[in-house]
Amino acid sequence: MSRSNELYQQVILDHNKNPRNYRALEGSDVLVCEGHNPLCGDHITVYLDLDANGTVNDLGFQGNGCAISKASASMMTAYLKGKSLAEVKTIFSEFHDMVRGEFDPASRENHLGKLTLFQGVKEYSSRIKCASLAWHALMGALDKQQSATTEE
Amino acid sequence: MPDTSAPTRPKPVLDIKSQFPVLTRDFGGMALHYLDSAATTQKPVEVIDAMDRFYRESYGTVRRGVYRLSEKATAAYENTRKQVAGLINAASEREIIYTSGTTQSINLVAYSWGGKFLKAGDEIILSQIEHHANIVPWQIIAERMGAVIKVIPVDDSGTLIMDEYKKLLSERTRIVAVNHVSNALGTVNPVKEIARLAHQAGPGGKGAIVLIDGAQSIAHMAVDVRDLDADFYAFSGHKMFGPTGIGILYGKLPILESMPPYQGGGDMIMRVTFAKTTYQAPPHRFEAGTPPIAEVLGLGVAVDWLRRTGLDKINAHEHALLEYGTAVLQDVPGLKLIGTAPGKGAILSFTLDGVHPHDIGTLLDEDGIAIRAGHHCAQPTMDRFGVPATARASIGPYNDATDLDALAKGLRRIGEMFR
Repeated sequence: MSRSNELYQQVILDHNKNPRNYRALEGSDVLVCEGHNPLCGDHITVYLDLDANGTVNDLGFQGNGCAISKASASMMTAYLKGKSLAEVKTIFSEFHDMVRGEFDPASRENHLGKLTLFQGVKEYSSRIKCASLAWHALMGALDKQQSATTEE
Repeated sequence: MPDTSAPTRPKPVLDIKSQFPVLTRDFGGMALHYLDSAATTQKPVEVIDAMDRFYRESYGTVRRGVYRLSEKATAAYENTRKQVAGLINAASEREIIYTSGTTQSINLVAYSWGGKFLKAGDEIILSQIEHHANIVPWQIIAERMGAVIKVIPVDDSGTLIMDEYKKLLSERTRIVAVNHVSNALGTVNPVKEIARLAHQAGPGGKGAIVLIDGAQSIAHMAVDVRDLDADFYAFSGHKMFGPTGIGILYGKLPILESMPPYQGGGDMIMRVTFAKTTYQAPPHRFEAGTPPIAEVLGLGVAVDWLRRTGLDKINAHEHALLEYGTAVLQDVPGLKLIGTAPGKGAILSFTLDGVHPHDIGTLLDEDGIAIRAGHHCAQPTMDRFGVPATARASIGPYNDATDLDALAKGLRRIGEMFR
């Protein structure tokens, strides 16, 4: 299998074409954060609705990005619904380390589930930020920031 | 009736690929289709060898040493200035300043000339299709001096609207800074006419100054700064088959003489005391510190290579390929060219329905095709055309029709994959 086939798998292409939860959430309690990747100018806004216990009630996103950033946002929103705040933070950290090549999901038990599809990104140093854009926006929303960036 | 026959491959004007080591090496059984010359050009073997030889055999500092190595290096170093002056038909090599690249060249003018001459309410005219390097330095100096930036709009083909430019010119206009060729679209701007009009405007009608960003023109067409009547002309070594880290600022001598130093340091002074320091005349006034010596020598060899290869031939070669590339790309389903100005340079900027340019870039790389994807450091240009980014294939004299065939084939594959 060629390098890019590992990255552009059918699931990712499908989420790019038919993104899940591609919508703004309404409500005064909804946390909103726009994530920017200054490298390419792409931006994705994440909408987060937490219930009183801090569990993810609903998630949505909108914006402009490549297949990798859009599929990542789509799969993230689908995967995190119903998760607790602590779980979200653990998954973010595992995902972040995985795409940067610092964590091999095969090496130990983890909470990434089908998000491991994105591990191919680690081979593309210029695309790691695409995969993590929505995640940075989500973390920004949790921190009550209006904007976040992939530049750390 | 549209012509449905396949476009005919042009007969190559030049056959020089073999002079470029990276273009002939084997990438795991794959050839490299290098279509990113607008970002940076590959280097002919003689540039690489000259720099290597200099470091191995005759390296020494310049303008400081009294030993033979240094004297020889100095002579070669100053000779490049004459070669560059000859390339652009400058009146004197004293008008040729070594910088680190186009970006520094423009910053030098913005800080030194702008910092001395701009006043509150003065106007700086830029075009809508500038590289960030010809926008941001002006924004910084405008803010500091209280000057105002005005923008020449472009039409849907990416051509500057000259009537709008004429309306922007006034007694308040102090400098007009435009590119010769747009890096994002390939538009060739009428810089001679832009300069002529600018020189009739300005305070008391005595003429505004004109800076031309020549980063995308210098290696692709003959440039005559005196014919253009450019006050400043800026370009980079690495986009003209030379090394990185070296660029040129051409400036008319009387203007350069009126300008203060840009940076202070060694080699730009006449006499230093703690009470007062006097400066060298141009060009050395603007060249503080030990310069990139090997890069200057490499640039000299690149200039020599350019003149021997022939800018007219390079231009003809690239234009034939541009025409061919335009035809084969227009056949790709869902492909839209961005930037269709008449007589444009050999740059093909495009979008592909349903596929983000970054995905195009990554997937073409799989076929050994190197293109640029993104905003090309020209976000106002992207905004004008309502796209966040484009994919851009830019052509050099070492390209041939097979590179464009590979591109079109790759794009079809990607289009199908995303359908």
